Amino acid sequence: MVLFPLFANVWISFKPVTLGDLRAPSILANERLMGDLEVVGDEAEIRYRLRNSSRKSGIDDVVMADVLPRDLEIVSVDARCTLADRTIRCDLGDYAPGQREDVLVGVAATSAFLDAPEDVKDTDPVFDYVPENILTNDDFTLENFRRVFNASDFWTVLWASMYYTVAGTVGALVMGLFAAQLMNMAFPGRSVLRGLFLSPYVAPVIAVALAWVLLLDPGPGGTLNALLVQLGVTDGPINFLGQRAVDIRFFGLTFEFPVALTVVIIFEIWRYFPLAMLFILARMQSMSTDIYEAAEIDGATPLQQFRFISLPQLMGIMAVLFLLRFIWTFNKFDDIFLLTGGAAGTRTLTVNVYEQAFAVSNLGAGAAVAVVVFLVLLCFSVIFFKFSPEDEA
Amino acid sequence: MTRPGNIFFLCLGFGALWGAIWTIIVTLLALFVSGIAFQPQVTSGALAGLVAAILLVWHRPARRTPALRMLSGLAFVLVLAAVSGAEPLGQPLGRYAFGQLLFVVILAAAVVQSLHITARDLGPGREKRYNVEVLCLRFLKGGGLVAFTIAVALPFFVMVMMSLKNQQLLLSNPLDFSIDFGLGAGTLLRSYIELFSEYRFGTYLLNSTLVSIATVAITLFFAVPGAYAVARLRFPGQKFLSRSILLIYMVPMIVLVIPLYAIFSQLGLRNTLWGLLFVYPATTIPVALYMLQGYFRGIPAELEEAGLMDGLGRFDVIRKITLPLALPALASVALYVFMIAWNEFLFAFMFLDNVDLYTLSRGIAELNSSEVPRQHLMAGAVIATVPVLALFLWFERFLVAGLTAGSVKG
Repeated sequence: MVLFPLFANVWISFKPVTLGDLRAPSILANERLMGDLEVVGDEAEIRYRLRNSSRKSGIDDVVMADVLPRDLEIVSVDARCTLADRTIRCDLGDYAPGQREDVLVGVAATSAFLDAPEDVKDTDPVFDYVPENILTNDDFTLENFRRVFNASDFWTVLWASMYYTVAGTVGALVMGLFAAQLMNMAFPGRSVLRGLFLSPYVAPVIAVALAWVLLLDPGPGGTLNALLVQLGVTDGPINFLGQRAVDIRFFGLTFEFPVALTVVIIFEIWRYFPLAMLFILARMQSMSTDIYEAAEIDGATPLQQFRFISLPQLMGIMAVLFLLRFIWTFNKFDDIFLLTGGAAGTRTLTVNVYEQAFAVSNLGAGAAVAVVVFLVLLCFSVIFFKFSPEDEA
Repeated sequence: MTRPGNIFFLCLGFGALWGAIWTIIVTLLALFVSGIAFQPQVTSGALAGLVAAILLVWHRPARRTPALRMLSGLAFVLVLAAVSGAEPLGQPLGRYAFGQLLFVVILAAAVVQSLHITARDLGPGREKRYNVEVLCLRFLKGGGLVAFTIAVALPFFVMVMMSLKNQQLLLSNPLDFSIDFGLGAGTLLRSYIELFSEYRFGTYLLNSTLVSIATVAITLFFAVPGAYAVARLRFPGQKFLSRSILLIYMVPMIVLVIPLYAIFSQLGLRNTLWGLLFVYPATTIPVALYMLQGYFRGIPAELEEAGLMDGLGRFDVIRKITLPLALPALASVALYVFMIAWNEFLFAFMFLDNVDLYTLSRGIAELNSSEVPRQHLMAGAVIATVPVLALFLWFERFLVAGLTAGSVKG
């Protein structure tokens, strides 16, 4: 169930597929009576104008069937058609992409028809055909990959992705470590607070992301901006999620500080520090207290105890957490998508997949980006497994 | 009276800091609750905290009685009022008088209590490095607790409060979170009532519940035997299998979306709940396998061997010995999978077009437009959050034990 889509993804990345191609091609028909039938014996033609709806994929074995008006005298039929009673059946063969053609039936008026004219459109032609499947044909291309790597913003996207992943992972781990220290103390109301601290992780991403969006809204009604103005911290509202960067002068040097990307990272830290906290706390509570008592007797200060006793014991779980969180953060899509939609310099690789596949509706290009994502991940996994074989589970 | 030493002077600093921190927090709280534009008097607060600290920490720990703490609090209030020009919260005292009084008392109590806890058993004389660190860490931890609590709670607080207001109030004064109970429940909860009556949130809720529970059932059905096999039975490729579970765990969802979208579109599975029931278990089974196999490994094999010796079949051993022992792990896995399915956004967003099939996440995404007032949006968020949060908090102990048992071993 997982491997098959993976394979399919690589397959699609080599195909020139857009979103519209997913609709199977069909035959579009337009039936019309050409000419006037006014007196008995007048001749006219019924014209079926047929078209393959798709400009990319062909249609095989097209067969058309239609019922002709009862009272018309049939003069001639197309060579590919056979007439049985009033039903015409045409074997039209294969249609190339975008092919159009006419099928003509010569008719003559009878008195019965003139008394009660019948519209030829009253009966729709029925088609039977085998549409070619764009996903399974043998049409391959490297165009998708060329487009991905040549895109002017590809390296920006990759950089944003890495910055987001590293900062988000490290931030969540550090905050988790800090929170775990706090939760390891005994104080009244601890279990309530622990429940509260876990809630960002448990709540649906869409709920908390939209709450953040409204909280950071730069327009009227944005709580945080109103708060900052009220406190006199800023003069006007800051567009936290829409501003790409501000310049910060520091010792005469000018830095570009990415605003939106940082806010997205803070959200990521906010949402995932509980997971790190949970695991680190569990590890801390399983540590034996003897060693701390011994250290206490030896006169080690609290900071020394943390530095030389707790931290080394926590390194294992921290490494596992780092590995997992790093990869998950790299994979993260919905958080950024819901907060900024990938605007203002927050477009990471995963958001780019969506952007290419569904916003630009070029499925093939999206799949190509997805392949890049997967390759990068594979590199990480190999590196991680190489350097930390014993940390695994 | 001991001579004041380093602890005393540190406590003065912490007194000022606590004074400033609590002044900001309590003033903002007052602002939120009343809607009046209070301004934190940070400098006055810091100064008042300093004075309160002098009074309190000047005495030895044993003599810091409740009476002394009250006195110190009183000093805080007086200094705060004096330095801020009789406007302790940045507004003339006459306005909202009783409320202001209440908040100032809360503020003083918070400052003195924080200070008292920070300096407990210490001071005012000179102490060694050990106790200096204890003191600093206490302040750091206290400040950390306050900061974490606010950072975590603020978005949820805003979510709930916004859902109870109306668009006009929200836009005119975004800092006013006062609730007028005089309006009655019907007006306060109007967003919720409209969501259920006009936006079909009842259907969404039902869909989400169905999908989540079915996902849990399917996941456990496949994961329990699978995890048992990986953990207990010996067969060729076992190592490879248990490793690849971890690897599958790391495949990004977004990579799966495109092919599944393409294939499901052509199979006609895309706009159905069945489609989701294919995808969700596929993403949760590896997680469940990983967690369960860790737990199964932790159950002593001797117990099962004893069962086998006594003539039970392998199947009965699993049913009568292993599963009852693994019940906490099963519960936590079930809860975790439920949470994943309930919160899932990406696939629901991509696959579902039919309003009758929307899950909660998809339904809320639909509300996220400029035409829908934001209190509806937040009410939707609350509706989606409350069930899963309640369930999680209820079973939290279970979950923590099960989640961490799989991977964390001594």
